[in-house]
Amino acid sequence: MTYRPSTRQQERIAYRRGRAVRSVLLAAASTAVVGLGLAFGITGAPGWERVKESFFDPETAVEYLPQILEGLWLNLRLLVVCATCALALGLLVAVLRTLRGPVFFPVRALATGYTYSFRGLPLIIVIYLFAFGIPGLRLQGTPDVLVLGAAAIIVTYGAYLAEVFRAGIESVHPSQVAAARSLGLSYRQAMRHVVLPQAVRRVAPPLLNDTVALQKDVGLISLAGPIDAIRAAQIGVAQDADFTPYIVAGVLFVLLALPLIAVTDFVTLRAARRQNAGT
Amino acid sequence: MLLEIKDVRKVFGDHVILDGLSLDVAEHEVVALIGASGSGKSTLLRCVNLLTEIDDGTIHLDGEEITDPRADPDQVRRRIGLVFQSYNLFPHMTVLDNIILAPVRVHKRPPAEVREQAHTWLERVGLADKAGAYPDRLSGGQQQRVAIVRALVNSPRLLLLDEVTSALDPELVGEVLSMIRDLKGEGMTMVLATHEMGFARQVADRVAFLDGGRVLEQGPPEQVLGDPVQARTRQFLARIIEAGRL
Repeated sequence: MTYRPSTRQQERIAYRRGRAVRSVLLAAASTAVVGLGLAFGITGAPGWERVKESFFDPETAVEYLPQILEGLWLNLRLLVVCATCALALGLLVAVLRTLRGPVFFPVRALATGYTYSFRGLPLIIVIYLFAFGIPGLRLQGTPDVLVLGAAAIIVTYGAYLAEVFRAGIESVHPSQVAAARSLGLSYRQAMRHVVLPQAVRRVAPPLLNDTVALQKDVGLISLAGPIDAIRAAQIGVAQDADFTPYIVAGVLFVLLALPLIAVTDFVTLRAARRQNAGT
Repeated sequence: MLLEIKDVRKVFGDHVILDGLSLDVAEHEVVALIGASGSGKSTLLRCVNLLTEIDDGTIHLDGEEITDPRADPDQVRRRIGLVFQSYNLFPHMTVLDNIILAPVRVHKRPPAEVREQAHTWLERVGLADKAGAYPDRLSGGQQQRVAIVRALVNSPRLLLLDEVTSALDPELVGEVLSMIRDLKGEGMTMVLATHEMGFARQVADRVAFLDGGRVLEQGPPEQVLGDPVQARTRQFLARIIEAGRL
């Protein structure tokens, strides 16, 4: 016998469909109201014409786009290098902080001191210290300002990421370590094969989120001199007394962040789903 | 004797869990530890596996003192299998990877050979089709059987089972118990902490009743469970009967 919904069920379906249509219409209407309100509010402001000229000038935008894009290429390369190194540094420091035993006391103390101080220090100050302080020592083979600036970013973000990794390591239940050790795995093997894989999976969303933040902060390297997207925009602003290049750089940064943000959301969603699926 | 536990003491804070406990286990023997919650059954098993450090006494395995502070705990654990109440499978690994991790990484055996052995085991316990599955896709009984296989592929001298059926739904208990019964048939030496008195009676050569941090009474299952000498044992069994577990 084939199943046919009862009259009561058909009523329910019809009612729910009606509600669904209603909510779509309502959402469309409220979006239109808010959008129009914003548009009128901004374009109707007394200073709008002036702002439009000095922030949204299409000619200036086109003029400086190539330089800014060229700068952005530097940002992108810096992002990849800094993110990779900061993640590696963070993981290393987090693992060092978990080491037990008296031999490791200095290592532990150093790692703890590092995460405490560099999470507190403003990135700008670290960049100044690295980019201008280290060359001031006049040592043989001092690297380029670009490298020094990147190092400042890596060291600062490494401290944040170390704490994220550590939270992940501590979230793995002790019974997992007990199971690994009971099978004869050494502490190192248990860490490498059982704890870290679970820890990294668990903290992947916050790690990626920090990478999105890093993506913007890479621009601070312009303070040390290298011409990145922000520096290029700044040069444009200074030449034309027009803020449009900043807007261009800002839009480009958002576009650069979008894929990373999308990946973060996807990973977060997947992690949440896994968590719910688990026992 | 395969395992000799002598005057073992374990204290957590000012709480004495094991108070000079002694117990010997011969090769091919199956000993069931019974006793109230908190009587130290699990602690004792963890001490034997060196997951918990003892505060006094000695434990010998094959005549060698494993509680010697100079002994390498990793080396000792390679000879002892431990199965936990809550299975403790590694959730990020497939069933097969859970099983072959220790043989490959610890015992340095060729992966192909270990994999073959793992498949043979999984087939034996009726889980051949689960080799590629992740633990969260398995029922409790299936997870526990995988956990037992994981301990067995290391060919341990001694298998410790810590209330391996306590977390299972009643209808899944049987599949795990029948696996343990098979192991006994093969001569595996086992020490099992259990609440399943009926099972202890069937499978154990000897039942040891833990009370006050010591073995208060031990002997053949019929005697300890059927005609206990000690008043405390009788009280404990009366409570178990009251709860409908015997």
